[in-house]
Amino acid sequence: MNLTLRVWRQKNRNDAGRFVTYEAPGISPDMSFLEMLDIVNERLIEKGEEPIAFDHDCREGICGMCGLVINGVAHGQRRATTTCQLHMRSFSDGNTIVIEPWRATAFPIIKDLVVDRSAFDRIVSAGGFISAPTGSAVDGNAILVPKDDAEMAMDAAACIGCAACVAACPNASAMLFVSAKVSHLGHLPQGQPERYDRVQKMIAQMDAEGFGACTNIGECEAACPKEIKLLNIGRMNRDFIRASTAAKG
Amino acid sequence: MELKSKCPTGPIEQQWQKHKAEMKLVNPANKRKYHIIIVGSGLAGGSAAATLGELGYNVSCFCYQDSARRAHSIAAQGGINASKNYQNDGDSTYRLFYDTVKGGDFRARESNVYRLAEVSTNIIDQCVAQGVPFAREYGGTLSNRSFGGAQVSRTFYARGQTGQQLLLGAYQALQRQVGLGQVKMYPRSEMIDLVVVDGRARGIITRDMVTGKIESHVGDAVILATGGYGNVFYLSTNAKGCNATAIWRAYRKGAGFANPCYTQIHPTCIPVSGDHQSKLTLMSESLRNDGRIWVPKKKGDTRKPDQIPEDERDYYLERKYPSYGNLAPRDISSRAAKQACDDGRGVGPGGLGVYLDFADSIKRLGKKVIEERYGNLFEMYERITDEDPYKVPMRIYPAIHYTMGGLWVDYNLMSTIPGLHVLGEANFSDHGANRLGASALMQGLADGYFVIPYTIADYLAQLKGPKIDTSHAEFKKAEAEANERIKRLLSIKGKRTVDSFHKQLGKVMWDKCGMARTDAGLREALALIPQIREEFWKNVTVLGSGDELNQSLEKAGRVADFLELGELLCRDALERDESCGGHFREEHQTEDGEALRNDEKFCHAAVWEFQGDGKPPKRNVEPLEFEFVHLQQRSYK
Repeated sequence: MNLTLRVWRQKNRNDAGRFVTYEAPGISPDMSFLEMLDIVNERLIEKGEEPIAFDHDCREGICGMCGLVINGVAHGQRRATTTCQLHMRSFSDGNTIVIEPWRATAFPIIKDLVVDRSAFDRIVSAGGFISAPTGSAVDGNAILVPKDDAEMAMDAAACIGCAACVAACPNASAMLFVSAKVSHLGHLPQGQPERYDRVQKMIAQMDAEGFGACTNIGECEAACPKEIKLLNIGRMNRDFIRASTAAKG
Repeated sequence: MELKSKCPTGPIEQQWQKHKAEMKLVNPANKRKYHIIIVGSGLAGGSAAATLGELGYNVSCFCYQDSARRAHSIAAQGGINASKNYQNDGDSTYRLFYDTVKGGDFRARESNVYRLAEVSTNIIDQCVAQGVPFAREYGGTLSNRSFGGAQVSRTFYARGQTGQQLLLGAYQALQRQVGLGQVKMYPRSEMIDLVVVDGRARGIITRDMVTGKIESHVGDAVILATGGYGNVFYLSTNAKGCNATAIWRAYRKGAGFANPCYTQIHPTCIPVSGDHQSKLTLMSESLRNDGRIWVPKKKGDTRKPDQIPEDERDYYLERKYPSYGNLAPRDISSRAAKQACDDGRGVGPGGLGVYLDFADSIKRLGKKVIEERYGNLFEMYERITDEDPYKVPMRIYPAIHYTMGGLWVDYNLMSTIPGLHVLGEANFSDHGANRLGASALMQGLADGYFVIPYTIADYLAQLKGPKIDTSHAEFKKAEAEANERIKRLLSIKGKRTVDSFHKQLGKVMWDKCGMARTDAGLREALALIPQIREEFWKNVTVLGSGDELNQSLEKAGRVADFLELGELLCRDALERDESCGGHFREEHQTEDGEALRNDEKFCHAAVWEFQGDGKPPKRNVEPLEFEFVHLQQRSYK
């Protein structure tokens, strides 16, 4: 099929950036979205034009490195799908596709479609862990975890940190990402000792990074390729309130 | 090149304990005086960085991705082995050790493998403590499943995302140390050279992938945990960014490269759909717990799978290997799939595929159970192929997945360059000529959490000599060379893209040095690869500049190294004139088409030593001795 692309090109962080239109003829429906971009890039290089920079790595929907806003939707229209797992059969001959980077104050653009998501790492550093020094662990089966709790923890732990939730949110809030980690660790017996400390520290860092607040719009859940649920935000808020009131004594 | 394995002696079950007792320690107050450089943040590098930081060392950790959490360990699906024997089915440290040595076709070092099996249980405990949400039984205990090459159920898992969850555990522990100031993380940084001073590894040269700045980093020891070199084949299950530059640069600086021809072809990947294909996607081996592999009995049978009656199907793994059935090891399953397709009985476009069928399991267990076990894998398959595996059998075909070869290391995980340690897939240590499923995660975490923290102390405690800094002449020289190389790549301004060369190399590698290798084919590859390399350096085009984010430039540097490594891989495959594990030389097979080893001539690790550009590398050997396991023809019948 033949497509027209309108792609955000931006030389570096300080450049204003603009849309550039490219024709993409002869695209196979079996290609992934990123393979389509590979072809466009190969043709650009052959013409002596600089290829479009975009982040990607595993191309099997798990590393969380890729992420494009496609026709206004983070990771494109198909539900529960990362950009790399989106295939061209989701588009039709003659379509115009608009491709943009994640846009959020906390994610400065590095080049073209590549953004800096290091804010997420700093949030995890602030408290998104269980302190378990290597070598100090008890036998695995000494800690019993009811199956349902393990399943719920796993539902939240499935987050790949791609940041589509932030890109989709009109407030550029990171609440879904942060709450998924709070919820994952808070559901397990191992996570209890640091539970309230964790939620306070992660939220403080999230605020410091310049993410917006949650106003219960739900775009994040709709965009999430791993279907992380909004109810995690509820759980996080509950823990946060409990932590705040406990801190005041 | 001196290859001293430094393996402890005595009864194998006491060796690691004895070695730990004999190694030197660094006292807590002195640890912060040592600076350790770690390249790679996957299971091996991430767990090492977290643990060494926690011990009090001063650690710098580098990765090419934008975050440590993206390392390709994250894509491992099925599970991690440990000899916990929670299932009461006869597992033990010895059995895991034995299965691993046998699975590797008797081409691994016994002492290392035993240690791996021994610490496997600690890994599970550690990961549980970190909050890894392993699958559980209703009573709250840990759940297990089976993997290839074993008759016990010893694989721990977190749905089809085990690698992700283990990596996030290590990543969180690492970020905790970053927050505490023990580890400094350098994301979007690529190691482009190793710096050796007075015969010791003292640092690395990196390129900041955002600013393009070439930087020197000095340390008291360097750890490479940069994964395998499967992308030399262009199409593999590796991430697009996975590359061999770090280990290849180390090889060029004097580190021995062991058994490069030991590559693993995974039997269950989604078949190639066209020339546009940029990577291959694995379908976890765990699917073989419930999926049955078959092809039509008749050649060129084009009927739809549901129209082929039961008695016209060949469940060839169950037929050939009744005791292991669909859970035969990877090398054996891959070859069997190739044989079926070569025989004209393959399915799907081009006849390069076999069925992996869940109909029986769905009938027996119900769709819900199958969905619970493999839901995410089924979805992934459906997205890529547009077919619903709950209704039609999956089509799968073997693909390059893992490389058992890598930098040679001794029992302490130190390479032939003192101070240069190598962990995880980047080293050659534990899997011999074939790795069993769910053992890569085990090895990565064993090396990082439980081996290197002990052995590196032994090295550091004996370190003498003055401290140096990055103003040392060796650093300046390496920086200049790195800058020169980048300038050269940018100045060729030829007509072909980097990817076109990578694809060309990959095709030669797959055709001549893939699932089946021959003397003649390997000689052809050895003639072709230097030609491709020569054209690359004359005719590649890399646009843009070196002082910005430039993905073509990054790829060009990696492909330039693959063009050298590919040649070494073929050379090793040619010299190893036997079949073993994943290395299958057509000249050497049993009547049933199984790999036929030649223990008299090849019961050793081949360790290649760089002799300079344009000169053939030197092949050294480390003999392998089997004291505790008897050498035998592998049988899974």
